[in-house]
Amino acid sequence: MLYLKNVTKTFNPGTVNEKLALNNISLHLAPGDFATIVGSNGAGKSTLFNAITGDFIPDAGTVTLNGRDITLIPDYRRAKVIGRMFQDPLRGTAPGMTIEENLALAYLRASGHTSPLSRITARERAQFAERLAELGLGLEDRMKQPVGLLSGGQRQALTLLMATVVTPKLLLLDEHTAALDPATADKVLALTRRIVAEHKLTCLMITHNMHDALSFGNRTLMMDSGRIVLDVAGTEREKMTVDDLLDRFAESAGHALDNDRILLSREEG
Amino acid sequence: MFTPAVVFNALELGCIYSLVALALFLSFRVLNIADLTTNGAFTLGCAVSATAAVAGHPFLGFFLAMAAGAAAGGITALLQTRMGVPSILAGIITDTGLYTVNLAVMGFSSNVSMLKTATAFTLLRDVMGEQSPYKLLLAGAVTLLACVLLIAFLGTRLGLSIRATGDNPDMVRASSINTAFTIMVGLCISNSLTALSGAVLAQYQRSADINLGNSMVVIGLASLIIGETILGTAHRSSIWLKAAAAVAGSVIYRFIIALALRAHVPAESLKLISAVIVALAIAAPALKAHYDFRRARAKAQAALEKAEGGRG
Repeated sequence: MLYLKNVTKTFNPGTVNEKLALNNISLHLAPGDFATIVGSNGAGKSTLFNAITGDFIPDAGTVTLNGRDITLIPDYRRAKVIGRMFQDPLRGTAPGMTIEENLALAYLRASGHTSPLSRITARERAQFAERLAELGLGLEDRMKQPVGLLSGGQRQALTLLMATVVTPKLLLLDEHTAALDPATADKVLALTRRIVAEHKLTCLMITHNMHDALSFGNRTLMMDSGRIVLDVAGTEREKMTVDDLLDRFAESAGHALDNDRILLSREEG
Repeated sequence: MFTPAVVFNALELGCIYSLVALALFLSFRVLNIADLTTNGAFTLGCAVSATAAVAGHPFLGFFLAMAAGAAAGGITALLQTRMGVPSILAGIITDTGLYTVNLAVMGFSSNVSMLKTATAFTLLRDVMGEQSPYKLLLAGAVTLLACVLLIAFLGTRLGLSIRATGDNPDMVRASSINTAFTIMVGLCISNSLTALSGAVLAQYQRSADINLGNSMVVIGLASLIIGETILGTAHRSSIWLKAAAAVAGSVIYRFIIALALRAHVPAESLKLISAVIVALAIAAPALKAHYDFRRARAKAQAALEKAEGGRG
């Protein structure tokens, strides 16, 4: 499915700000894999996503998606098969356009419609309403309302739907609930779990919540200084507690995890 | 006060100029760009349409004018998306260059008269008869067609991408839509509408003049904002309503001008009146907010004084 082979990226090489952001990363995701990623600030989590979506070309290594080497493919051509969500709820939707128009844009862009003048049909509109109803937020009755009237959580739920309205080959979630209040974040996370399971999506999710890191998906990756220092799955992961995870991290990285938000989330549960 | 002739005249001009309001709806409201190409593109439309009509092709003139307007919009878009020229300056540069182009189109003369030329309007009059409302029919049909096509276009994949470009450029770039391309298409369409407006006006009044497009961007914006204020569409999301507001605002604007003329306001002062209308129309939301705030403050103060008086 997704293969990263020896991917390396250095930002600002040859200057005082030189930073080795990705250090010889290799990663393989099987179809249907749902891996969570945790790590301290600047560990390279978002940079890893950027390498996959094509924001930059790596200094070394290759990225392969579905058997096709996409290392040198420009980002806008990858965006058709890769769905991505950010932390900021304002980033993924157009506030002055209606819910229906936002969905139509996402759908027309990613689906088989090739003509720039293609429009959505009444049947596709009915499908949008069905998918919106599945969110359980009552948005299906508000399809003609501008997205700007929705709350952050509703907007993020809509963005999730837009990212998956045409099943992507790969879904990248970059702390997509971090800006929401806890109750709303739980709702969006439950939704994420359901949509990923329903469509058997291959998914990578960055989180700062250690419990989520263990309870979501089937794999947990920990990153530090541009490397993947821990990769657990299967029964080993099922038996793991948050403390075990932190211990293993300290063992592999050579120092304890220093992200306040992550350590705070350990107290919550 | 309003004789039928005055009413028809205002309706006809309102329909013709509403194409400029629609164009500014697309560039100013949808794309969020103040496009100053508008003045030059309007005159360009007049010049192309007049020259074509004189050459015996009044209807072809409309389409040629639209193509010329699209080219002008394309140059402005190119300047701002590919060459880093700030958007307002890009429009001014194109507008300045268009002055020479417009003179050239009219054979290096500052006006073209069509008094003895067959225009789209005279051709229709010959078919329908002198007494029929042929002028309003033609102007209205062109406006209606442009409205329907524009609204239909804004619902397509490309149209939605253009709307998202003005609404949330971050999202558009993240979903890897090329914003340079969507801005280009948007400005081409808006300036072809502006040029069409000029093209219809030139044949309507049977003359083209190098100064016809002066302050067109201000007049168009005034019409747009008057329509939005009266129909209350600023915070509505229906594209149909928004387009209707642009047309309605343009017609209302022409009635205001007709009223001013009937009130024996001298013609030389119309520019000043237009400028005042525009300034007031654009300032209206800010003035209303200021007034609402003062009223709320006075109310809160009165309540406070009453409470204090009760205690004392």
